[in-house]
Amino acid sequence: MDQLLALAVVVPLLSAAAISAAGPLLSARRRLLDATAIGVAASVAVMLMIIMFRTVGGDQVYWFAGFRPSRGIAIGVDFEVGPLSAGLASLGAVLVTAAMTFSWRYFERVATYFHTLMLIFLAGIVGFCLTGDIFDMFVWFEVMGVAAYALTAYRPEERGPIQGALNFAITNSVGAYLSLSGIGLIYGRTGALNMAQIGEYVDRHPADRLVVVAFLLIISGLLIKSAIVPFHFWLADAHAVAPTPVCVLFSGVMVELGLYGIARVYWSMFGQALGHRAAISHVFLALGVLTAVVGALFCFRERHIKRMLAFSTISHAGIFLTGIALLTPLGLAGTAVYVAGHGLVKAALFLCTGIILHRLGSVNETWLHGRGRPLRVTGVVFTLAGLGLADLPPFATFLGKGFIDTSAAAHGVSWTMAVFIVCGILTGGAVLRVAGGVFYGLGDAPSEDPGMAKAADEEKSETDSGKQRTPLTMIIPPAVLVVMALVMGLLTPFGPAVQAAAIRFEDQAGYNATVLAGAHITHPVAIAAAEGAGITAADVLTGAGSTVGALILAFLALYWRRLPLLRRGYEPGAGLTAPLRRFQSGVVNDYVTWIVLGLACVGGVLAFIVQ
Amino acid sequence: MQYFPFVVVVWILCVGLYGVVTSRHLVHQIICLIVVQSSTYVLLLGVGYLTGAVAPYFYDVPVHTPAVDPVVQALALTDVVVEAAVTALLLSFAIQAHKRFGTLDPQELASLKG
Repeated sequence: MDQLLALAVVVPLLSAAAISAAGPLLSARRRLLDATAIGVAASVAVMLMIIMFRTVGGDQVYWFAGFRPSRGIAIGVDFEVGPLSAGLASLGAVLVTAAMTFSWRYFERVATYFHTLMLIFLAGIVGFCLTGDIFDMFVWFEVMGVAAYALTAYRPEERGPIQGALNFAITNSVGAYLSLSGIGLIYGRTGALNMAQIGEYVDRHPADRLVVVAFLLIISGLLIKSAIVPFHFWLADAHAVAPTPVCVLFSGVMVELGLYGIARVYWSMFGQALGHRAAISHVFLALGVLTAVVGALFCFRERHIKRMLAFSTISHAGIFLTGIALLTPLGLAGTAVYVAGHGLVKAALFLCTGIILHRLGSVNETWLHGRGRPLRVTGVVFTLAGLGLADLPPFATFLGKGFIDTSAAAHGVSWTMAVFIVCGILTGGAVLRVAGGVFYGLGDAPSEDPGMAKAADEEKSETDSGKQRTPLTMIIPPAVLVVMALVMGLLTPFGPAVQAAAIRFEDQAGYNATVLAGAHITHPVAIAAAEGAGITAADVLTGAGSTVGALILAFLALYWRRLPLLRRGYEPGAGLTAPLRRFQSGVVNDYVTWIVLGLACVGGVLAFIVQ
Repeated sequence: MQYFPFVVVVWILCVGLYGVVTSRHLVHQIICLIVVQSSTYVLLLGVGYLTGAVAPYFYDVPVHTPAVDPVVQALALTDVVVEAAVTALLLSFAIQAHKRFGTLDPQELASLKG
């Protein structure tokens, strides 16, 4: 039943084509169209989960058209699937299912191309996760990209979406072409496109400048996609304007895919050859910590709820990169668990924001103050998701962060834990501030000013707002997602299984043997067992402490006008972020300049290290 | 190994990036993006043109026929398809921007947002 691996991309692609072809017929039968798309997404999710459970005992390889390697040389194109790649793909499929279910009532009118694009996006996610071929990875990256650009500009009659989509498309295209250049270079050197084959070749030969340049170019596109500072500018522009169900996918899985790509490229191709593990680890640690802090500061300052959640995603992408940059199995396992938990929780937050927009017609926190009181269930789900974002035990986010902290401490960089706590308090505090202010009317009502009503009007055309009640199809998906994040954190076999999968993910020799020689590897002997992996009482205390910190910060932010020490008119955090905000100019030219500068810096440092 | 094609690649890449960074007109900017992408075509073709190497597949021609690497040609073709899709989409955004907001200047478009 290897064909299941191929079906996971074939089914969404063919359904997208069929929906597109039958567009004129289906557009009059809206519910049939919706049901088909949801059914396809759900079936892909089930397939991927089956694959995930099946690969727990060892990775699976599928060679398209049966072109198996001959005498250790890959001649065909393969899918190489382990639990981590299948898990990330199934997270994507679950989120697409949730987003499509949410759209059932969210859009009054919907064009068939929305469903087509969502399914193509899903196929891109799945293909990107499962592929074992570096050029294929680029193609899936672009398939996903083109669908995402088009979905961002789903409402082309407004300037926000057009501008956001242009910024998104131009920055990400530049990254994709740089990646392709890197792929071309590495192909010229090794004569191979299969990742295992390339890894085997660069391993046997001394790493020279070309390998370093190829590595840098390949990851540059992925760094842009994963919104690492200073490549992150496009993300807030695109997230703030894309339709809410699409934001779910952008934040929940697309950014994480970029990081998955970096991990995949490092461990299957370049890890051994580049050497200098400690120095490379520090470069990416620095990038990750910078991203986490910048994202968190921007997040706390933001009043536009979708932009706030976007900046929180940037902050979390930084934490994920830090987890990967530890270059340890436990760090990677922690990142994987955190990505799953964060994806579910963040998706729930975006869906709740969609409900706010649907019912109240705005996503401006200041204007919404106290107006969300009738939305009781939504308020509860939003608050729970916010607590999950603040790493409250036993959410999966807490479990993942615990793993990363343990691994960081074991490798002498325990200061990252302090950074994470601060970032968790800032991002969690911002979301809980929204929850308290909007749904429970806590804090001081904002002073009315004319700019506010205008800001509140920004997102009007997305959904027909002002509805009297929340449809069940809109509230059930976020509630289910939050419960999933909780259950995932409570399952005891989950952590060890992910750790075993991470050990296999980092075993380059094993990966090569699996792909090129058809070996079946259950546990690599060369890599030691994970570091002391259990969650200790200290971890629980840190998680709880971080949540309490976020709650305190949220209350302070709501009631700061009453604090005797602060004078009126003082905006918390304004002094810190005002100089940074100037960089977020919305002009794509500036963003590309930052990309070029950032890559020059990262490349210079990498070249210096590996020399 | 001939270095000349790769010098050209770097040159085209830099010219294209310079254009994307400095452009004040969306259509011009999108064309500069195509220039960036063109560098990848030259790179792929440069990689494929090797004197004295063997092409990986031979089918119904004698084995020592002079040939270039067909894989990079396939890559370049895929690359062209990707470019066509991205460019068409970007140009449609530019048309929308011009139609709805009467400007093709990325800076004006950004300032409109307020």
